[in-house]
Amino acid sequence: MSFIKIYGLFLRHFYLITRSFPRILDLIYWPSIQITLWGFISNFFASHSAYYNNAVGVILTCAILYDFLFRTSIGFNMLFLEEIWSRNFTNLFIAPIKIGEIITSLVITALIRALIGLIPAILLTSPLFGISILDLGIYLFFLFMSLYIFGITLGILVSAGLLRFGPSFENIAWSTMFLLAPFGCIYYPVEILPEFFQKIAYLLPLVYIFEEARSILIDHTVNYKNIMNAFYLNGVYLILAISLFYYSFGQARKKGTLINIGE
Amino acid sequence: MQNLVEVINLKKKYGSKEAVKDISFNIKENEILGLLGPNGSGKTTTIGMMLGLLKPTYGEILIDGKKIEENRIETLQKINFISPYIELPKKLTVRQNLIVYCKLYNVLNIKNRIEYLVEKLRLEDLLDRVTGELSSGQKNRASLAKALINNPTVLFLDEPTASLDPEIGDFIRSFLENYKKEKKISILLASHNMNEVTRLCKKVLMMKDGSIIDKGNPEELIRKHGRKNLEEVFLKLSRSKDELY
Repeated sequence: MSFIKIYGLFLRHFYLITRSFPRILDLIYWPSIQITLWGFISNFFASHSAYYNNAVGVILTCAILYDFLFRTSIGFNMLFLEEIWSRNFTNLFIAPIKIGEIITSLVITALIRALIGLIPAILLTSPLFGISILDLGIYLFFLFMSLYIFGITLGILVSAGLLRFGPSFENIAWSTMFLLAPFGCIYYPVEILPEFFQKIAYLLPLVYIFEEARSILIDHTVNYKNIMNAFYLNGVYLILAISLFYYSFGQARKKGTLINIGE
Repeated sequence: MQNLVEVINLKKKYGSKEAVKDISFNIKENEILGLLGPNGSGKTTTIGMMLGLLKPTYGEILIDGKKIEENRIETLQKINFISPYIELPKKLTVRQNLIVYCKLYNVLNIKNRIEYLVEKLRLEDLLDRVTGELSSGQKNRASLAKALINNPTVLFLDEPTASLDPEIGDFIRSFLENYKKEKKISILLASHNMNEVTRLCKKVLMMKDGSIIDKGNPEELIRKHGRKNLEEVFLKLSRSKDELY
C-alpha cells in the first residue's frame, strides 16, 4: 500500500469539498434537519410513552447513530459515483493504484465526509433538546465503530455493483439503506418485528448495535454480547464485500464495463 | 531500437462476438504507430486491453518487456492515456488536478514536474482556473499535461486533436513530435484525422472487424492502393469486404 497514492485520492475529494461552499452546506444540511426533526419527535414520545419515559434521548441518539451509518454508506457511494459523473473513471483506473489503495482512500474520505455532516448535528442536540450522545459513554466509540464498518461495507458492496453493472446500478446505491432500515430496528425493539423478519434482523449487525444503545440508555446495562455480535457480523460482511469488489473488478475487466463506465 | 510495446496474438471475445481477432504488432522506442479503422473495428477494445482496463481473452501485451496482466501496477506506472471521451475532474483547478495525479503516479518532485509541463504546454494562465470552465482546446492541453505527468514510456492517444481548432491542433501535433524526439517514447495514436496520422506516423495499422487488414508506412500504403492520400486508402479499406494484407 502506498500512503502517497491513498493521500492523492483523498486529496482529489478534499479539493472538491473545500472548493464548493454548497457542497459543504449540503453535507451539513441534511443531518442537521434530520436530527432536529427526530429531536421534536423524541420529545413528543418522551412525554407520551411509558417506554421512553425515562430516556428522553433514546430516539434522538438512535437517529444520530443511524444518520452516521447512512452518511458513511452514501458518502462512500458518492465518492465512487463522483468519478463516473465527472468522467474521470478511466483516468483513475489506468493510474497505478491498487484496489486496496482505492478502497482505503474512499473509506477514510467517507468518514471525514460523514463527520463534517454529523458533528454540527450532534452539537445542535445539546442546546436544542438538552441531550448529549456522549451519555453512551465509552461504548459510544464501539457503536460508532461498528456502524462505520457496516456503512463502508454497504458502500463497498454498492460500488462493486457499480463496477460490475455500470451507472445503471446507481439507483440501488440510493436505496440500500432504506431497504435495510426496517430490519435494523433503529427506533423500536426487535420484538416488534414479525418472527420471520426477526430472523433476518439478527443476521445484520444493526440490530445488535441499536439494541445495545437502548440497553445502555434505558436499562443502564451494557450487554457485551451485543457489541461482540455486531463486530463479528461486521467482520464477516466486510470480508465478503471486499472480496466481491475484487471479483467485480475482475468481471468488469472481462465484460468491458470499465471502458463503458469511463466514457 | 527496442520494442517498448509488444502485442502478441491478442484476442477479445464478448460471449460469441469476437471484438479483436488475433492481432499482433510492436511499437518501437521513439516511434508513433497510427491505429486506424472505422467505428467498431476494435481500436478502443485494443487500447482498453493495452491500458489494463480489459482482460484479453487470449494473447499477451508486454510494455517495456513486462506482461501487463502479471505486472499491472508496474506497467501502468510507465504508460498514460488521453482521450476526448474522458476528462479531468471539472470542479478542481488545473493545478489541483495535476497535484492529485502526481500523487497517484508517485511523482517525486511535483513542483518541478508541473513547472516543466506548464511551460511546455503553455498552461501558465490556466493553472489556477477551474478545469470545467476551460475551452476544449485548453482542457485538451490540461489533459495532455496529466497524460505526461508520470513521464510515460508509452503514451496512448485516442483522437488527441478531435474538436480542436486548426491552430491548437497544430500546436498539439508539433508538441507531440518534439516530445517524442526529446524523450524517445513510444506513442500509439488512434485517430480519424488522416492528415494528422500522415504527419505523425511512420507506420500505421488498419483495423476492421477486429482484425488488422493492412499495415505499413502511410506513403507506401497510398502507393500500394493507388490512392491520392491516406483518407482514400482508409475509405477503400473500410468499404471493402475482404482484404488484402
